[in-house]
Amino acid sequence: MSSVAIIDYGMGNLHSIAKAVQHADPSASVIVTDQHRAILEADRVVFPGVGAIRDCMAALESRGLAPVLREAAATKPLLGICLGMQALLDESEENNGTACLGLIAGRVLRFADTLRDPAGHALKIPHMGWNEVFPQGDHPLWAGIAPGSRFYFVHSYYARPSQEADIAATANYPEPFAAALAHGNIFAVQFHPEKSQTAGLRLLANFLRWHPEP
Amino acid sequence: MLAKRIIPCLDVDNGRVVKGVRFVEIKDAGDPVEIARRYDREGADEITFLDITASSDNRETMVHVVEQVAGEVFIPLTVGGGIRTLEDIRRMLNAGADKVGINTAAVFRPEFVREAAERFGSQCIVVAIDAKQVSDDPKRWEIFTHGGRKATGLDAVEWARRMVEYGAGEILLTSMDRDGTKQGFDLDLTRAISAAVPVPVIASGGVGNLQHLADGITQGKADAVLAASIFHFAEYSIREAKEHMASQGIEVRL
Repeated sequence: MSSVAIIDYGMGNLHSIAKAVQHADPSASVIVTDQHRAILEADRVVFPGVGAIRDCMAALESRGLAPVLREAAATKPLLGICLGMQALLDESEENNGTACLGLIAGRVLRFADTLRDPAGHALKIPHMGWNEVFPQGDHPLWAGIAPGSRFYFVHSYYARPSQEADIAATANYPEPFAAALAHGNIFAVQFHPEKSQTAGLRLLANFLRWHPEP
Repeated sequence: MLAKRIIPCLDVDNGRVVKGVRFVEIKDAGDPVEIARRYDREGADEITFLDITASSDNRETMVHVVEQVAGEVFIPLTVGGGIRTLEDIRRMLNAGADKVGINTAAVFRPEFVREAAERFGSQCIVVAIDAKQVSDDPKRWEIFTHGGRKATGLDAVEWARRMVEYGAGEILLTSMDRDGTKQGFDLDLTRAISAAVPVPVIASGGVGNLQHLADGITQGKADAVLAASIFHFAEYSIREAKEHMASQGIEVRL
């Protein structure tokens, strides 16, 4: 049995994530918490988030969770989701520049307003809906998930890591961007696995089974 | 590439799925949890619940429906109808909804949309616009409330732009002229709104066959299409709808 702490810092739909994680592995013990000890004692940590990055960082700060996240990332598997992925980088353009956790080197940028689809129509921002995800390299979290499987996205900003090697998957809008990052104990996704039906549940199940190499 | 979405809509009255024609005649279509499960299996990209319950006593029923569906259906869920306060939004999100649709409350107090987007993020704020054509040359549409009975004098295109400025992450656009008629979307209206706003637009109102869905995307320039009755009464499955759209070169999730 695996215990999973979903970090509650007042951002995002934690209940959906808890329900999906529980569904992916009925034997898992899932808690939604902001308690430092509970997070550090869990076998695995899920770091979700929706909304704006400045509020996200402020909420982490006010609950003293930044050092807890750093320690968790150094010692156990950590899954960042959506804004929880973006917060792992050094900084984001959002809210006139916001310093983030710096657990993965790189920046978070906004999709350009000038994006056009192949037919020349303006692309909508946020990038919202089901897009194809193409894994880069071989990571245990992609086990049983075919390249080009669709996942549900909703975001206006995307991560650009400094190291190409940290990109675990790309999606196109219309240019390729990082749909997932992998760095040591950290796996992070821009899409919402908890809302991505079969493929999303498979990714969560893979996370619950993942043992990063030391 | 990003897929165009098909969104079945369940009109829920006191815990049962119903479908009215032009908001009047109501037919019972079944248990929302069972129907949501079926749509998920058939490949729905999202599911929208519209709570048409008049009495607030029965709102709790909607929360339970969402909770039950969210426990077993892992695709985005939107709930609209009767969302008037930040507390209403919080309750629906806690129950497992991913987005809420705000309609009348936005017309009465536009600042509510701004407050909601600031508090919960634009990604979960869908502004629902019920529009009716008021002039033919040039074509103009206005916002109506109370199930299409009350005119507001607000121009639909300007209203959509303003709602996005206030933080709407998506627009759910219903043509009151077409709703329930099975004559297809108001494509001019859909195109006008889609061109006016940078956020995704969901076309709604009037779907009677699969070609109407495809037209909403190719001619209406919508990012997603919403329909109720053609799916409830099993006239067509979601899968058939997607195959039809794919056959016309529309990117869909199959």
